[in-house]
Amino acid sequence: MADKKPILSIKNLSVSAGPENDPIPVLNGVDLDLYKGEVLGLIGESGAGKSTLGLAAMGYFRRGCRVTGGTVTCAGVDLLAMTDQQREAIHGTKIAYVAQSAAASFNPAYRLMDQVTETARIRAGTPAAKARSDALELFERMKLPEPHQFGLRYPHQVSGGQLQRALTAMAMLCQPDIVIFDEPTTALDVTTQVDVLGTMKDAVRDFGIAGIYVSHDLTVVAQMADRIKVLLRGRQVEEAPTRDMLASPQQEYTKSLWSVRKIQKPPSVGSKSPEMRIQVEGVHASYGKVPVLEDVSINVRAGETLAIVGESGSGKSTLARVLTGLLKPRAGRVLLNGTEAASGYRQRSKSDLRAVQMIYQMPDTALNDQQSVGTIIGRPLTFYHGLRGEQNRKRASELLEMIGMDPKVFLQRTPRQLSGGQKQRICIARALAAEPTVLICDEVTSALDQIVAEGILRLLEGLQKDLNFAQVFITHDLTTVRAIADTVAVMELGRIVEFGPRDVVLDDPQKPYTRKLLRSVPEMDPNWLDDIRREFAKDTETATSPEGRAAP
Amino acid sequence: MQSIVKMIATRLALGVLVLLAVSVIIFASVEALPGDIAVEILGQNATPEAVAAIRRDLGLDIPAIPRYLAWISGVVQGDFGNSLANQRPISELMGTRLSNTAFLAAFTAAISVPLALTLGILLALFRDTTGDRVTNASGLAAVSVPEFFLAYVLVYLFSSKLGWLPAISNINPDMTLLERMERTLLPAITLTLVVSAHMMRMTRTAIIDLLEAMYVEQAYLKGLSRRRVILVHALPNALTPIINVVMLNLAYLVVGVVVVEVVFVYPGLGQLMVDSVAARDVPVVQTCCLVFSATFVLLNLLADVLAQLTNPRLLHPR
Repeated sequence: MADKKPILSIKNLSVSAGPENDPIPVLNGVDLDLYKGEVLGLIGESGAGKSTLGLAAMGYFRRGCRVTGGTVTCAGVDLLAMTDQQREAIHGTKIAYVAQSAAASFNPAYRLMDQVTETARIRAGTPAAKARSDALELFERMKLPEPHQFGLRYPHQVSGGQLQRALTAMAMLCQPDIVIFDEPTTALDVTTQVDVLGTMKDAVRDFGIAGIYVSHDLTVVAQMADRIKVLLRGRQVEEAPTRDMLASPQQEYTKSLWSVRKIQKPPSVGSKSPEMRIQVEGVHASYGKVPVLEDVSINVRAGETLAIVGESGSGKSTLARVLTGLLKPRAGRVLLNGTEAASGYRQRSKSDLRAVQMIYQMPDTALNDQQSVGTIIGRPLTFYHGLRGEQNRKRASELLEMIGMDPKVFLQRTPRQLSGGQKQRICIARALAAEPTVLICDEVTSALDQIVAEGILRLLEGLQKDLNFAQVFITHDLTTVRAIADTVAVMELGRIVEFGPRDVVLDDPQKPYTRKLLRSVPEMDPNWLDDIRREFAKDTETATSPEGRAAP
Repeated sequence: MQSIVKMIATRLALGVLVLLAVSVIIFASVEALPGDIAVEILGQNATPEAVAAIRRDLGLDIPAIPRYLAWISGVVQGDFGNSLANQRPISELMGTRLSNTAFLAAFTAAISVPLALTLGILLALFRDTTGDRVTNASGLAAVSVPEFFLAYVLVYLFSSKLGWLPAISNINPDMTLLERMERTLLPAITLTLVVSAHMMRMTRTAIIDLLEAMYVEQAYLKGLSRRRVILVHALPNALTPIINVVMLNLAYLVVGVVVVEVVFVYPGLGQLMVDSVAARDVPVVQTCCLVFSATFVLLNLLADVLAQLTNPRLLHPR
C-alpha cells in the first residue's frame, strides 16, 4: 500500500471549540491517510475527537468548531481551502456520510425514496426515474423488505435497522469514493447490528469504497476495519493493522480499553440468603390496548443481582415500571420483601416506596441542573427519614463518601459541573439515600464510556456487598451481564423466555432466541462477523422449527 | 383524513361549549358594570320614576338569570336582539362593522404574514450577522412602542408632511376596493409593525432550533445548498410553531385593534364595542365579546387542523 497515493490525506489537523480567547482543543495535530478499497477504524471514548475527525474528512465542522491548522486533501485538492459551493459539489457524490442515528438523520417530513435519491437528482443530475430504479436495486441488495413499497414509507413507519440500511443505501447511491460511517450501529440491538454490519461490509467490498469507520466499540471496528487508529483527547495514541492491533496493543491506554471487557463476577455459590426481596407473579401489563408484558414471573433475593436482557421493545423497562408502581399491571402481583405491594405507586405505603429505588440510563436528564448535589441527595433523606439541617448534611456527606466522591468538593456543586460518570454516581447516592432493599438499574452504563462504566459497575458491586440490597439490572449488553449478574432473565416480545443462574443461561442456553442473542454479541476476532453470518444463513435455510424467528 | 374530520367535529363541539361558558362570563361581567342605559340616557338628575319606566320598557327590570336565558336562546337561534340605544337589530349593526374589521385584518395579514415569514427565514439563513441583529432590534422596537404612538408618527409623516395618504380611514360599503385599500393603508401599516416582529422572531427561532437537528446536518453532508436545506428540510418541520404564532396574531388583528381603530376613526368592531360600553348598550357589548371569542376559538381550531395536516406522523400512521 505504501507505493500507492492515499485518496484522502489529513495532515497535522488541529481543531478547537469554545471561545476564541480560551479555546478547548478538540483535535491536536492528527494525521490520517486513507487508501482506495480499505476501511480505517477510528476508536476512542467520547471526547476523543473521533466524530470531529470523521466529519473533518469531509471538510465539515460542527458549529462552534474551527480549524486552527493542517490540511485535508482529497484527490489532490485541499477541502479546507474550498468555498462552500465547491464542498457541496463533493459531499454526497464523492464523499458520503452514514450517521449514528438513522431515525434522527432522516427528515420526518418526506418519504424515504425522495430522501435517498435527493443527492442523485439535485447534485449528480440523474433523472428521477433512473435514481429511483438505482435506489430500488440497492434496497433489494440490502435485503430491505418489499423494496418497491419501502421507498414510499415515511421514516417513522419503518424500524431502526431498516432505516440504518436505507441510510447506507443513500450514501452508496451516487457511488462515492469514500464513505464515513459514524457509529452507524450504536443505536441498534445486537441481532439487528449483525445484519446491518453485514450489509455495510458487503456494500463497501462490492463498490470498492474506501471507508472511515468511527466507533467506541472495539469488537465492531474489528469486524469492519483493515486498520485501526486509536484516539485519546484529540491525539493519536497508536495505529496498526487490525489483527496486529488486536493481538498486541502497544500503548497503555489501548491496553486498558482492551481489558475492560474482561471483568467477570465470580459465580455465586448457592443462594447466600433465603430472603426474597422481589417476587413477580404472573404479571400482565399493557399500554392502552397494546400488550407489553405477558405472564412475567421473576424473583430476586437479598444481595443478588438479576440481569434482565432482551432487545429494545421486549418489555424490559416496562417491567421496571411495574416494579416501581409507575405502571399498574392488568393481572398478577408484585411482592416486596415477602408482602404484596399495591399495584400503583400512589397506593403504596411509604416503606414500600422507600424499598424500591431506581437509577436511570441518562444521568444528564435524571438530575435537576438547578439544584446542588447536597440538595439532590438531601431530598430523599428528608422525605423518607425526616433528616433536616445538620443531620441531613452529615448523612449526605456520608453517602458521597460511599460513592467515592469527596463531600468537601462536591456537596455544593451542581450537576452542570460534573462529568457523566460523576452524575451517575450522584444518582446512585440519591437512590441509596432512601436505604432501599431493591435497586433497579435501567441501562445505567450504556450512556457512559467503557472505562467509566467499569468504575460504576465496580462501585455497585462493592455497595451491594456492604448493603446487601437486591439488584435488578436492565441491560442489552451481555458483557455487562457477565460482569455483574447472579441470575439472568431473557425477555422476548414481553415474555420471559429463559430465567436462571447466570452461568446456566449464558453458557448453556436452552431457547433458540437466547442462543441467537448470545451469538450476536460481537467478538474481538475479526472473522467473527463472516462466521456468524454464514451460521445464521445456514440456520434460516434449515429452519423448520416454528420458534426460529426471522431477522427483524 | 378520517381522523381529521373527527377531530374537527369534536373540536367544533368543544368550541360551542367554550363559547357558552364565555357567554356566561360576558353576561356576568357586563352585569357588574356600574350604572345602566336608563341613567345614561336621562342623566344624573333623572327622577327614579322615569328611570324605572325606561328600565321596564327595555326589559331591564327582569332578574338576571331569565334575562340571560332569553338572550342566549335568541343567540342560539341567530337572533342577537336589538340595540338598546337605537333599537336597530344588532345583526344589522354588526354586519358592516364586522366586515370592515375583517377587511382591515385581512389587508394587514396579507402584508405582514408574508413579510414576517420571509424575514424570519432570511434571518435564520444569515443568523448572527449584522443584518440579523439590526432587523431583530428594529422588530423589537416596533412592538415595544405603543401602537397609538406609531399611528400618530405615521400620520404625521405620510399625511401631514408628505400628504400621500389620508389620516382618517372612514370607509363605507360604496367605495371600490382600491379606494378602501388606500384609506386603510396607514392603519394596516401600523398593525403590520405591531404584529410582524412576533411572527418573524418565532419563525427565525423555530428554524434555528431545527438547524441543530441531525437530519439537517445529514442534508448538508448530502451536498445540498444552504438554501435548499433551510427551505426544503428545515422549514416544513418548523411549520407547527409558525402556524400557531400566525394564528395568534391574526386573532389579535380582529380582537386587539381598538386603539388603532380609534386613532384612524375606522368604523370597525372595536370602535362599536367601545362606544357601546360607554352607552351601556349591553346587548351590543355582549355580542361583540361573543364574536371576539368565536374568532379565537375558530383560529385556534384552524391552527390545530393545519398542524395535523403538516405532521406526517399523524397523517401517515404506522
